[in-house]
Amino acid sequence: MSTIDADAGRISGADNPRPTWRERLVRISPILILAPSLAASFIYVFVFTIWTLYISLSNSSLLPSYGFVGLDNYASLWSNRRWNIAYSNLFLFSAFYIVGAMAIGLALAILIDQKVRGEAIWRTIFLYPLAVSFIVTGTVWSWLYNPTDGIQMLVRGLGWTDFNFALASDRNTAIYAIIITGIWQSSGFAMALFLAGLRSVDPDLVKAAQIDGASTFRTYRRVILPVIAPIFLAVAVVQIQFAIKTFDLVAALTRGGPGISTTFPAIYVYDLMFQRGQIGEGAAAAIMMLAALAVVLVPYSFFIVWRHRRESRHG
Amino acid sequence: MSSLTIRNLRKSFGSVEVLKGINIEARTGEFIALVGPSGCGKSTLLAMIAGLESVTSGEIRIGDRLVNSVAPKDRDIAMVFQSYALYPTMTVRENITFGMESRGVPKPQRDEAVKRVAALLQIEPLLARKPGQLSGGQRQRVAMGRALVRDPKLFLFDEPLSNLDAKLRVDMRTEIKKLHHRVGKTTVYVTHDQVEAMTLASRIAVMHQGEVQQFDEPQTVYDRPANMFVAGFMGSPAMNFIPATLTTDAEGRPAVSLKVGDGAVLALAEGAVPGTTGRDVILGVRPEHIFRYSPELKASKKSLATVEAPVEMVEPTGAETIGLMRFGDLEVTGRFDPDEAPRMGETITLGIDMSHACLFDPTTRKLL
Repeated sequence: MSTIDADAGRISGADNPRPTWRERLVRISPILILAPSLAASFIYVFVFTIWTLYISLSNSSLLPSYGFVGLDNYASLWSNRRWNIAYSNLFLFSAFYIVGAMAIGLALAILIDQKVRGEAIWRTIFLYPLAVSFIVTGTVWSWLYNPTDGIQMLVRGLGWTDFNFALASDRNTAIYAIIITGIWQSSGFAMALFLAGLRSVDPDLVKAAQIDGASTFRTYRRVILPVIAPIFLAVAVVQIQFAIKTFDLVAALTRGGPGISTTFPAIYVYDLMFQRGQIGEGAAAAIMMLAALAVVLVPYSFFIVWRHRRESRHG
Repeated sequence: MSSLTIRNLRKSFGSVEVLKGINIEARTGEFIALVGPSGCGKSTLLAMIAGLESVTSGEIRIGDRLVNSVAPKDRDIAMVFQSYALYPTMTVRENITFGMESRGVPKPQRDEAVKRVAALLQIEPLLARKPGQLSGGQRQRVAMGRALVRDPKLFLFDEPLSNLDAKLRVDMRTEIKKLHHRVGKTTVYVTHDQVEAMTLASRIAVMHQGEVQQFDEPQTVYDRPANMFVAGFMGSPAMNFIPATLTTDAEGRPAVSLKVGDGAVLALAEGAVPGTTGRDVILGVRPEHIFRYSPELKASKKSLATVEAPVEMVEPTGAETIGLMRFGDLEVTGRFDPDEAPRMGETITLGIDMSHACLFDPTTRKLL
């Protein structure tokens, strides 16, 4: 009897066997796969951010050095006229660029949503600028804006010899040249997101509004656009961070000129760090850009979490 | 006085004809159900009545007015959608008043109307909520409130109960019926559920492949289906179809001889002899007209035919027991009282109430 019991014990023990190496591999493979990118993100995002923060508080010039100088770099940054121009340019650019691109993108999306013929072609045309890099966009538009061989020259060649179009060459209007180019580049992106949103709206809502006697304009304003409100926010956030990071578009289009009129924070950081050898102050400027991004993105992520919680609460 | 007249209505999408000459007329206050399997064109027909789909040919009249090319908002209709189509960013109150607001009805009048409808549907406590915070049944009520508040000539319902769970569906069905009695508006109700159509409608239009197969009162549609499609679609479990030949029984009465199994001869009810001996027919018998034979049953039914068959399968549902009997190559379904339910493997003697049986032509599939 006892031998049978022992056997039974061994057999019941087999119900809960030790995991095979294969099962263990399955269990740890997500960690293995994610580990390199997690490590890289950690080093490149957090370590370097903290390092930059430290440098911005140090007396670094051409090379990093670690003499602590407190907020001296920030004070010198904010007393610099060029930095102040850069920061106010950023606000001006962001406001016009975001509002402009969203307005044009929404208008295009609504027009395409009216079941136009050749929809795919229009969509591709409007989305195409996004496929062109900022450098190429900037270069091409700098030719268009150039008074001696761009649009001005073309129209004058057609006979209007008094025609003036020198947006990018005037220090007061050059920023608008950048805004227009930025809008041209991104309104297709806004259109794509808005169109996806419009297409996701339950067509029965539109029919119900039709029966309720609402005009097309009223249907959009009261029914459809409120439904896709989250998309407005998403588009705005994506574009704000584009705007804050603006570098290549300006570098290719005006190189910060004429004079210093179109300097942007990113241009300024690049200039300080790699042209003038003032790493400390450059790092301070970079931290200010990070702060600007955080002002936008931190509330946004809180909002997303809040909305997610609220939705899961209401099922 | 008819409040909806549809004459020879056709609809094509490209070369595909989805509606092939529909004729329906609804008298004022009537509840018409459009019923049929998916793809039969019933929802398209409703959308055309609403003005959400264009008319290819034929005419739609609401009241006396031809509305073929009238915009939905000017047709004096209200519609309840399958998805309810409540405006998600508006409160219940705003949902209900949006139509009046769009038509420029002044605010005191709107408030008055909301109060009336909310009381009727018992949704007063929900008025400040948004649709996302409502349960399925509550959304359904709000959707009906939005339709009711308008006081239109015609109510259109597009499968309004199909998104509810089974229990709630039955409750809401009763509620819609009560509501219709109270409001008394002409209603067109699309459904794929034949029970809904039977319980709600004053007349049913059974649709299939873009045609109205039968348009009649529910009991007539059920008892005397115009063809085999209607017979098979209305009723669950479906009517049994048994191929047979006209003949006379031993006593010289008209009868049918079954072409399956052992060729039993079933005497027909009086006055139901469509043709001469030898003609092929299809005998249609509803499951509830098949019983376990007993002398008492014989005494209680006027024209009872008997036949023996082995029992293949028994499905008790509680209130009744469904039995599957083998007739040669065919399976015949019967609904039995649980007390006299067949047992598996038993050879049962069945009594078939022939006064309710239908005969169909095997080629045209129409009722004889």
